[in-house]
Amino acid sequence: MSLIFDKSVENRKNIIFPKCDVEINLPDSPKRVKAAKLPEVSEIDISRHYTYLSKRVHGVNSGFYPLGSCTMKYNPKISEQLASLEGFTKIHPLQPKETTIGCEEVIERLKNYLCKITGMDEMSLQPAAGAHGELTGMLLIKAYHMHRGDDNRKEIIVPDSAHGTNPASAVMAGFDIINIKSNENGMIDIDDLKENIGEKTAGLMLTNPNTLGIFDTNILEITNLVHEAGGLCYYDGANLNAIMGRARPGDMGFDVTHLNLHKTFSTPHGGGGPGSGPCGCKTFLKDYLPDTSNEKSIGRVIGYYGNFLVIVKALTYIMTIGAEGIKNASENAVLNANYMKAKLDNILPTAYKGMCMHEFVVSLEKLKNNTGVTALDFSKALLDYNIHPPTMYFPMTVHEALMIEPTETESKETLDEAIDIIKEIYNTALDDSDAIKNSPISTPVGRLDEVYAARKAVLRHEFEA
Amino acid sequence: MGTFIPNTNKQRDEMLGDIGLNGMDDLFRDLPSRCIYNDMLDIPKGLSEIEVVESITKISKKNKVFDKILRGAGSYNHYIPTTVPSIASKEEFLTAYTPYQGEISQGILQSIFEYQTMICEITGMQYSNASVYDGATAAAEAINMCVDKKHDNVLIAETVDKRIIDTIYTYNLGKNININIIPMKDGELDKNALKDMIGDDSACLLIQQPNYYGILEDVDNIESVVHNAGVKLIMSCYPTSLGLLKTPGEYGADIAVGDGQPLGLDVAYGGPYLGFMATKKSMFRKLPGRIVGQTVDCNDNKGYVLTLQAREQHIRREKAGSNICSNQAHCALKIAIYLSTLGKEGFKEVAIQCASKAAYLQNELSKIGLNLVYKKSYFNEFVVKCKNRDDILKRLEENNILGGLPLDNDKILWCVTELIKKEDMDKVVNIVKEVNDELDI
Repeated sequence: MSLIFDKSVENRKNIIFPKCDVEINLPDSPKRVKAAKLPEVSEIDISRHYTYLSKRVHGVNSGFYPLGSCTMKYNPKISEQLASLEGFTKIHPLQPKETTIGCEEVIERLKNYLCKITGMDEMSLQPAAGAHGELTGMLLIKAYHMHRGDDNRKEIIVPDSAHGTNPASAVMAGFDIINIKSNENGMIDIDDLKENIGEKTAGLMLTNPNTLGIFDTNILEITNLVHEAGGLCYYDGANLNAIMGRARPGDMGFDVTHLNLHKTFSTPHGGGGPGSGPCGCKTFLKDYLPDTSNEKSIGRVIGYYGNFLVIVKALTYIMTIGAEGIKNASENAVLNANYMKAKLDNILPTAYKGMCMHEFVVSLEKLKNNTGVTALDFSKALLDYNIHPPTMYFPMTVHEALMIEPTETESKETLDEAIDIIKEIYNTALDDSDAIKNSPISTPVGRLDEVYAARKAVLRHEFEA
Repeated sequence: MGTFIPNTNKQRDEMLGDIGLNGMDDLFRDLPSRCIYNDMLDIPKGLSEIEVVESITKISKKNKVFDKILRGAGSYNHYIPTTVPSIASKEEFLTAYTPYQGEISQGILQSIFEYQTMICEITGMQYSNASVYDGATAAAEAINMCVDKKHDNVLIAETVDKRIIDTIYTYNLGKNININIIPMKDGELDKNALKDMIGDDSACLLIQQPNYYGILEDVDNIESVVHNAGVKLIMSCYPTSLGLLKTPGEYGADIAVGDGQPLGLDVAYGGPYLGFMATKKSMFRKLPGRIVGQTVDCNDNKGYVLTLQAREQHIRREKAGSNICSNQAHCALKIAIYLSTLGKEGFKEVAIQCASKAAYLQNELSKIGLNLVYKKSYFNEFVVKCKNRDDILKRLEENNILGGLPLDNDKILWCVTELIKKEDMDKVVNIVKEVNDELDI
């Protein structure tokens, strides 16, 4: 497992640049004394190094990836190819407007489609990721109250099952967090909501279906309560893949939303990004959006227009599957989740009863009590079967949680195989729990010591003197 | 219409039957009827692959691709070696999520560890994170690292790109922080104004090197003013220039940030780019976002994991220092491939060529009367005054050349990269002369 730096040999190089065709003429300013120790490698070294690394990565193309809340659907090749067209990649962001008509058309078209899908009236594509979209949305709510002189509205209500980014984003926008409980069905506890709502309420952040994969059937009452109290409702679009073409946040009473193009609209996650997190809103908030010249605007949230090439990919996806395909995607995502849930119910029951949406959360608490096998152990065992584990220990309201989101791009055969594997691991856990606790055994490295990593904090390669 | 759903209608019906449902509608029966959207979405019908390729290609052709780009101002048209797109397009890198499961993510984790090392090397700093969205958000996050209850006053040089300053204002909209802009004098930060404005409650000063006008700030003297006042120095850098120029680490900056776009990423109408962030030992636990660290596995083999996660939103929720979750990992991979391909020598060479070529163009322009607005040391961007600004830029456009960025009062901010040949610059100078001659008659 050598590093690219270990392959470095003094004076080895690639010839990229022709000889400089003007006289060398350098600014009269302090120069760096110590050269950057970048690797001195040839192209074959680089090619083999990264090929080796790529073999140690599990992508959607490598195998099943039911990572809950992350919507790891297949990333079409057409999107990659069209995002690499010169007519997009070679466009400078500060070119004259009349030379960027195509880019603007991409942006406007996608905004329009996303508005239709979400039931929002306006959209900004500036935010570069989901959390960035959340921050943008929270700032919209902040600016709205500030412009009304409603300065006391400092509280954002967040359910205990929310993604960690929700409270973190609200705090970045200068709000205080009021956490509220979920009821026995995993939905918002209306009584708790009523108790915590009031003159200080700036808004509510919610994802629906929630992080348990359950559609909150009280949603209209919830958003109504918030509005009556003078607050606004924010929809976290992380789980939009459940309801497209069937229900729209804008019709549920939400005023602001963000979407994750890298989840719902099939753009690849790239090992952690770049994503894209458009922020949409109703008409009464549009003047606050980042990319308007309106004096009410919160101002830009990024240097230019957002992760443009990701935007091209999302547009390609929507144009390919169309209105009907969007609806089909959600229907099949929900079908695949319910199919897996039903088939696993006798061994891994869900924490909450009833139909799930695009994902479901099982609790391994009983298995742990019986065998000592934890959600972590179970996940690591899946690695030996070429399955990326579900999201573990989330939401925090469920003990030994595994959150499973198969997505619509997996076939029945893949689901059946995964179901069999999960059953096999479950049975092994009952018979020979050590085998599970010692997994994985087939991966390039075994279980990694996270505590050691945090304690040592070796965050870069140190060169020998 | 295209589809990416593999199941056939028959399989769907089997699955529905298997779980006791009659049709797709049953899956959504819990939704309150008032929430149900009964119409078909008002977006076009799907298309075949061939139709989509044609349609989007046609849209892309409505943009103008310039042969030569002499415009920078935050986005730089450098050469991207063939290794970068080819290697980065490996599907495993592209289609993986954030590497939470270390055992099957060593490739991505190691590539980020290598990226972090390279960022430390080029900036001369000790610790780097795994990236944030872009240079502007990196600067905003860096400021957030410096501010505390006693130090809520943020100083920013007027010579920083306005887009960065605007982003910082947005990021601090809801916070009780004062932002003070230190005015410029002759194209660079006014050090006297800095001395006047810096105080006990100052948290940090953000400068840009080279600054928005291409000028190299007198960082040595700025640094001593800032540090003597016990204030942190944040430097936003053009990474290509660091092949040649004194690094933030060598200057003693507390945090180095910048946009990684010049290191192998397309100009791409502004994104995706990458914000790099590096700092010194005393501050690394305040870095936002993902960080990869080295560790060992259960058999004592070396490995890598996401580490110091107790800083982050998924653990700390409302107490996290930042909300960042997704970053620009795939861009970080491209940058690591870029820097590996250029290597130690190539990284220096590109900086030397950019600076030398810019000096050539500036000199040639001055010969025909387009003089520097600020007679200061610059890297590869400079501002000249020229009376027929718009006509000149228009004529260059007609010749498939994107000229410098028009600034107020008949000024142009030119940028030269290694992709501009001597003959291109001679052509630019001829066109400028031609336009001036025509209009001055």
